[in-house]
Parts: sequence; C-alpha cells; structure tokens
Amino acid sequence: MINSLPSSPAYKIGFKIYMGLFYLFLVLPIVVICILAFNDSDFIALPWKGFSLDWFFANTDKRVGLFEDADLLHSIWVSISTGFLVALFSTIFGTIAAMLFEERDFKFKGFLYFLALAPLVIPGVILGISILMSSTSLGYFLEDNYNLSLEWLYPGFWLVVFGQFSFCATYVMLLVSARLKKFDKTLEEAALSLRATRLESIFLITLPFLRPAIISAFVVAFLISFSNFNTTIFLIGSDTTLPVELYTRIKYSSTPVLNAVSFMIVVFITLVAVVNLFVNRKK
Amino acid sequence: MRKSKFIFYLLLVPVLLWLISLIVLPHIQLFISSFVIENDSGDKVFSFANYLTFFSDEIYWRTFINTALYAIFITFLAFVVTFPVAFYITKIASKKYSGFMTLLLLIPIWIGELVTIYGWMILLGDHGVVNNFLIYIGLIDTPIKLLYTDFSMSVGLLYMSMLFMIIPVMSTLESLDNSLIEAASDLGASKWTIFTKIIIPYAMPGITSGAIIVFMLVIGDYVAPNLLGGKSSLWFTEQIYNNFLATFNWNVGAAFGFLLLFLSSVIVWVALKLSGQKLERVGS
Repeated sequence: MINSLPSSPAYKIGFKIYMGLFYLFLVLPIVVICILAFNDSDFIALPWKGFSLDWFFANTDKRVGLFEDADLLHSIWVSISTGFLVALFSTIFGTIAAMLFEERDFKFKGFLYFLALAPLVIPGVILGISILMSSTSLGYFLEDNYNLSLEWLYPGFWLVVFGQFSFCATYVMLLVSARLKKFDKTLEEAALSLRATRLESIFLITLPFLRPAIISAFVVAFLISFSNFNTTIFLIGSDTTLPVELYTRIKYSSTPVLNAVSFMIVVFITLVAVVNLFVNRKK
Repeated sequence: MRKSKFIFYLLLVPVLLWLISLIVLPHIQLFISSFVIENDSGDKVFSFANYLTFFSDEIYWRTFINTALYAIFITFLAFVVTFPVAFYITKIASKKYSGFMTLLLLIPIWIGELVTIYGWMILLGDHGVVNNFLIYIGLIDTPIKLLYTDFSMSVGLLYMSMLFMIIPVMSTLESLDNSLIEAASDLGASKWTIFTKIIIPYAMPGITSGAIIVFMLVIGDYVAPNLLGGKSSLWFTEQIYNNFLATFNWNVGAAFGFLLLFLSSVIVWVALKLSGQKLERVGS
C-alpha cells in the first residue's frame, strides 16, 4: 500500500498507469489549445496544416491575430488593471481581517468570521446578482432623493473591482492567517517593552514577518480576479474583462485567435507558478 | 498584555466595512427584492409571485432537481477519481516528484475555467481531437457526437471542480501517520480493510470540506453547462442568468438566486447530518 509495505507488481504498475491517465486528462485540454494556436488554419480543429504565427501577428481580411485585435488587447488591459486593483484592496483588507481574527477576542467574533468565510461557499452567481441589485438600487435612491449621480454604483469597471474584491479578500485572509498562526507573540511584546508604539510594532515587526504570505496572497488574488467569470458577468459595463470577452467569442465568433490568447495565459500562469515554486523552495 | 482599543477599532472598521457593504447588505437586498413585483400600474408591491413561479412552473423546479442531482453525482465522481491521486502524491510518490505533481494540479485552476472548458470543446468537437483519434485507431468510422451532450457537460464539470476536492484531501492525508497503516497490516488487515477502516475515516474532514466546495461550485456553475451542455440540458443557474441578462426580470432572478442559495445550503446541511460530520470540524 505504502512504500514500507510489500505490494504486488500489478498493484504498483496499475497505480502508475492510473496516475498517468489522470495527468493526461489534466493536461490534455491545455496542451491541445496551445498546439492549435500555431495551426495554419482558419478553423479551430484538426487536421494540422502546418506551423504559423498568423493568429498572433496577422492582420488580413480573414485572419486578425492577437496583437492586431484591438478589442482583445483592450480586454486584456482591463483584466490586468482590474486584477491589480482587486489584489491591492483584498491584500490590505484581507491582512487586516487576518490580524483581527487571529489576535483579538471580541463579541460576535464567531459570527463575523462566519461572514468572512461565506464567500467560499456562496456561488459566484449569487454574489454577482446581489451586489448588482444592491448597488444599483442605492444608486437610484441617491439620484432620486439627493440628485447625486455616482457612476461607480452602476455596472462598470469599479463595480467589477468591488464585486471581485468581496470574495478575493477571503482568500487573502486565509493565506495570511496561516502564517500569522506561526508568529511568535513575544517578538511584539519585546518591541513594546523597548518602547515602540503599537503601530510601530505592527509595521516594524508583524508586517515584515507576514511579508512572504502577503506577497503570495497578492498574486493569488490577482489570478482569481484575472480568471473570474461568474461574478464579473453581472457587474460589467462597456469595459469587458478578458474572460467575458473570451466567453462571448467562444459562443458567437470563435477563430483560432482564442487559442493564441489562451496560449499566452497558459504561458503566463505557468511562469508565475514556477517562480512561486522556486521562491518557496529557497525558504 | 493589554491590547489597545484604538488599534482594535483600526482593524475592526475596515473588516466591518467589507462584510457589511459587500456581503450582508447585498444579500438582504436580494432577499427583499425577491418579494417585489411590479403591478399593472407600475408600482412596486410585496408579493410571493416570484417564488410561486418557481413552484407552479414545472420546468423550473425540475431544472433545479436535475441540477442538484448532477451536482451530487459530480461530487461523488470527483471523490472517486481524485482520491487515489491524493493518496499517491502524499504517500507513495517520492519527495522529489510530489512538489512538481502538486504544482501541475494547481495550474489548471489558475488558468481558469473558461480556457480549460474551451480546451474541452476543441477536444470533444465533431472534428475534434478525440474523434480524430478514435477514427485513426479504427474504433469508429464516422465522428460520434460528444460535444453538446450530457457527457461533455459532465466531463467539463468534473474537470473544473475535481481539483478543489484533491487539495483538502491531500492536506488531511499528509498528516496521516504511516505507522497506523503499517500496524494494521502487521495485524493482518487486508488492503480493503485498511482503506475503509483507517484511511477513509482519517481523511473524512478533508473529504467533507472538498465535497462541500465541489458541490457548491458545480451547482453554481454556468460556463461548463452553457458551453458544453446540449440544448436540452437544464441547468438552474442558466435560468438566473437569463432572468438578469436576457429578459431583465431581476426580481424573479433574485427569487431564483435566493432559492439556489437556500436549497443548496439545505442539501449540504442534510448531507453533513447524514454523514455525521460537523461543519466546525470541517473548517479546521
């Protein structure tokens, strides 16, 4: 069963074959997308018609490559800036939440913690529609009663940022909490007895200790935001994010340029993951 | 050590701001809106009509039941498919490879559902890779219909959700002491006995939290059923999407959204009761 116990060769080989099949299942869709991004064909299908970079660089009547496709490039830019802001806000609020729940005791703590974890199980659809309804009705209320017109309460860039932030902060909180559990409290006490103020001890002792967790939480929040579809689709205005743009194209007008974008995403994600692995190995 | 009140509020206020404005108030609003309809003169009035739509129109509640049964089936499938993998990585694979194998598991999650589902569309299409391969090895002569069927939808749902089962299971299996398995084996237990009496019970908290996440992910998913499912495949979240993005019946959509949240929570609760698990233990 495990290595220290004898097991039959059939068991060992069978298990290896199963693992091979599982990983084939796992990487097959990704590999196929990447290969077909370089297929010299107008359709997203086999047969293989030769190697071509058309779907990256071409700009002809029939083929518009990724780097010539203004809509696609714009949606990538929207996704990157959304992801950056979401990651920034969720890192700040999530870290604060982790410090609050790990280090303090107060009334209703259990209930608040339950609320903070709720986005893990609330379907993204529900978060999307509830935030959409509440913010637009607040917007109409302010407009009718106070003649106040606040653009960020209606579907658009900022509403997407707030919507994605609402659940990304939970992931940051969990990642930072895990590191904060290992924090030696006496360090903070030593700083205080050496006459540091409480704010100084947080900024000079606690936060530097948390830095690795905060950085990886920032990356995680960015990646979650970058690939989110379920919540975003309800909150979006005229600036579509990359997943929404991809969805519309898959549904209505797919060309191999989608493979080119997907290939870039795969390369980018793999690089981030590998860098992350090496950084963690060093520690 | 006396904690300062000032810092406490400095921490508390942002957290309250986040939770109240983006979690609590929106869900209260969702709940209230689900009871609102516009009457003939255009006024907003209180009514149960949105909920009655769900129960009186057969298509809606049947769709919900269909979706829930699928979600349960996929959750079970995700457990069966990934448990050996979690066991292999944590207990059998050498340290050298287990890190790399775990990394490979994470990459599809980060790439995102939309791209990987798109990959499955290419694989399973009529002129896709799988059909071409089957024709090439001579198993079939003409392409068989794989895409836009319940099969392709299940594959997509399994693919995008199973990794959320494997990770919590791996983290419980990692802390399982090998000597427990060795002791059982020394005392003459068969593999099956070890598996059902030691490994599964020990991994139960991980399996349960994985199952909850997978179930909620599948039942709330839109992309896989919409892109991979057939025209006849009924999926409850599609009804919510249609009410919001196609017909603009927001109040009906709100009622459906609330029903989805409520009914899926009830299913999770019943499942926890039936399996004798407690939510608090699962969370840790």
